[in-house]
Amino acid sequence: MSNASWEALSNQAVAACGVVYFLALLAHLVQWAGLRRLAADETVTTGRTAMAGRLGVLLTVIAVGIHAVALLGRGMAADPNRVPWGNMYEFTLAGTFFVALLYLLFLRRFALEWMGPLVVALVLSLLMLAVVWLYEPVAPLTEALYSYWLVIHVVSAVIATGAFTLGGICSVLYLLKERSKADRGYLARVPELASLDRISYRMHAFGFPVWTFAVLITGPIWAHQAWSSYWNWDPKEVWAFITWVVYAAYLHARATAGWKGRNAAIVALVGLATLWFNFIGINFFSSSSQHSYAAPVTPAVVRIDPAPSEAPL
Amino acid sequence: MTQQQTKDTGGRDRQATPMPTDMNARELARWTWRQVTSMRTALVLLLLLALAAIPGSIVPQEDVDSIGASRWRDAHPKLTPVYEKLDLFSVYDSPWFSAIYILLMISLVGCIVPRTLVYWRALRSRPPAAPRNLARLPEHAAYTTTDDPGDVVTRAAAELKRRRYRVVVGEDSVSAEKGYLREAGNLVFHLSVLVVLVGFALGGMFGYKGGVIVVVGSGFSNDLTQYDDFVPGSLFKGEDLEPFSFTVKDFEVDWLTEGPRAGMARKFVSTLDYQESPDSETKTYDLRVNHPLTIGSTDIFLIGHGYAPVITVKDGKGDVTYSGPTIFLPTDQTFQSFGVVPARFAKPKQIGLEGEFYPTFALGDGLPRSSFGDLVNPLLSMLVYTGDLGTGDSVYVLDKTDATPVLKANGQPFRLDMRPGDEIDLPDGLGSVSFDGIERWNKIQISRTPGKLVALAGVVMALVGLLGSLFIRPRRVWVRTRRSESGETVVDIGALDRSNGGDPERGELELAGIMETMQKTGEDAT
Repeated sequence: MSNASWEALSNQAVAACGVVYFLALLAHLVQWAGLRRLAADETVTTGRTAMAGRLGVLLTVIAVGIHAVALLGRGMAADPNRVPWGNMYEFTLAGTFFVALLYLLFLRRFALEWMGPLVVALVLSLLMLAVVWLYEPVAPLTEALYSYWLVIHVVSAVIATGAFTLGGICSVLYLLKERSKADRGYLARVPELASLDRISYRMHAFGFPVWTFAVLITGPIWAHQAWSSYWNWDPKEVWAFITWVVYAAYLHARATAGWKGRNAAIVALVGLATLWFNFIGINFFSSSSQHSYAAPVTPAVVRIDPAPSEAPL
Repeated sequence: MTQQQTKDTGGRDRQATPMPTDMNARELARWTWRQVTSMRTALVLLLLLALAAIPGSIVPQEDVDSIGASRWRDAHPKLTPVYEKLDLFSVYDSPWFSAIYILLMISLVGCIVPRTLVYWRALRSRPPAAPRNLARLPEHAAYTTTDDPGDVVTRAAAELKRRRYRVVVGEDSVSAEKGYLREAGNLVFHLSVLVVLVGFALGGMFGYKGGVIVVVGSGFSNDLTQYDDFVPGSLFKGEDLEPFSFTVKDFEVDWLTEGPRAGMARKFVSTLDYQESPDSETKTYDLRVNHPLTIGSTDIFLIGHGYAPVITVKDGKGDVTYSGPTIFLPTDQTFQSFGVVPARFAKPKQIGLEGEFYPTFALGDGLPRSSFGDLVNPLLSMLVYTGDLGTGDSVYVLDKTDATPVLKANGQPFRLDMRPGDEIDLPDGLGSVSFDGIERWNKIQISRTPGKLVALAGVVMALVGLLGSLFIRPRRVWVRTRRSESGETVVDIGALDRSNGGDPERGELELAGIMETMQKTGEDAT
């Protein structure tokens, strides 16, 4: 297959998985519309409602499969072939893929059925944003990105982002459920507060070491190779550090100060806000960041150094 | 839980002791120490550190983006003095930022030392005796059997040992504990933060970072005088420079001519001949982005490139007063570049040239510009000045305060538009300028970062400690037997999960597993 046809395949796969995610969302909506009529402690294992739930998960599995094809296509379309996270569009594509994949992997273990509609809706909206605003044709990477650290550094950052996002969803629901007195409907059916808090903690406990690895180990090693200094206080680094500190505070608070529940959920959401701001925001607000791969024509600047000379490479 | 205790006593003391205003010096010192080392303070300091790091990502930093910083200063004349007072242009070196992390370090030490002692004692102590009522524990199971209580206790001990518990066997009960390494992981993590800081500080004190522009074909030897810019660490000494030297033999770039990134340059390779010291053999290295050359403990990076038109200026008498490759700095991605030529020794009058170099000259919207970075249609376009050119603080700027532009007969500025090989006479018998060819230059960054491996070891240690402290599950299990009135043996099993994550299902499973094995081995025995 030629590069152009790989690229076309990727674009079609993105569209297709968007449609399948949408169908999965519809299935979950049918499921929850059915569940609304029942008391919160009543479980349904047969009939249309249960069927819709299973269909939702099945469709999500299919969508994730197509999503993987989309990523593969992006990687194969590039010359030379590369990992499909060289710009914001691809990073969003990869990030949403890992959110959906982690959800499926943790589905059984943490009984995350209730999270289905939320994850699918989130992934679907992010994919639409990516296609509308971030889309870029497949292009060769800037020189500094040609490194195997691109694989290790970015994949760990994306996985951590996925885990933190799932944890954040739990925290949001914790805060919502805490205020809700409903005895039926969606909020009544999500797991009890203590268990939401625990799932959220475990997502974060999984994400934090991965984030540490991405931001504080592989990041500096690569920065040293590419930019001659392992820590540059580059805006993206600063915000990754801020995210790290906030999540460290979250784990610390839970471990020692006994901050469970509400306060912990709030800290976790602050962490999630810094994480996503760092991902999206910094690329648009800061022009000096060496992580700016957002602009359509990537400035071929490896590093603008302090005076006397400015030398794009 | 040790941390819990630390926090609890802290809380109680705060209530019991009087307000700081009523204390004598010693009490005040103790009170301050308690406050600084309390968990809550550590948390607040952590969040404060995150908050304090934000301005540095918004206001351009002197060390990171000095051009951005000076542009910002020009644009905000009123705010600049305030910002300078607050050190907002160098947040990460500022006293207030340092204050936060130094306090955090003190808090950290104040936290680790006592905890290490507590941990040391806990390591050597035996699992605590079984509580009276095991049914009150969060995890509990019980069964009745006809086995002898002594046998049950022995079997329980064997099973718990198999599950890697530390076991103490009592008369009618067993106490078991495991997961001691969690706290060790925790301590290692905290300690590693200090290690990282030490590594970071070493780099800041004994390291340096310098840059030099080398025209392809010429060389560099590692000496302070050869650097264009040089930022030494606070304790760095000039004699610490390693005595290497190198010559840039060749430089190659691959220009993309099609596709969405057409115009982008790639695959920069700079071929270096280098010597580690004046009398060592010459080796060759292909310097590329992401592939620095390491000599001793110094790293050499390729971070930029550009064009150096070879320009010769002859003065009014016909003598060559300036000749050679002149470094032009690229101003954008198309490598449109800016440069100056100061011919200060030209007679009768000094001659200064200032202008642009276009690697691929084109007229876009009526304006001259470069449309591509490669040398397709090179053109040099410079204005001519004469008069006093000053002493020249920078080789990239022409001091025109006491110089006047050279004009054509019609009063328009005299502009040299030259292609390689051209030679043009200047008006008024000033002399002539020739554009002899085009060389290339490389910007080479040279840095030494001692302590980088210390910092790396620190973060790896942090990760290992973190994994231990997050995923090792400290648990206590007790088994107690008693005779019921009917003569049977009632076995109570209780467990306490001391990790804060908790995983009730896994706990239940383990408890069920223990019970099952105990019952099964009991049946086997009978």
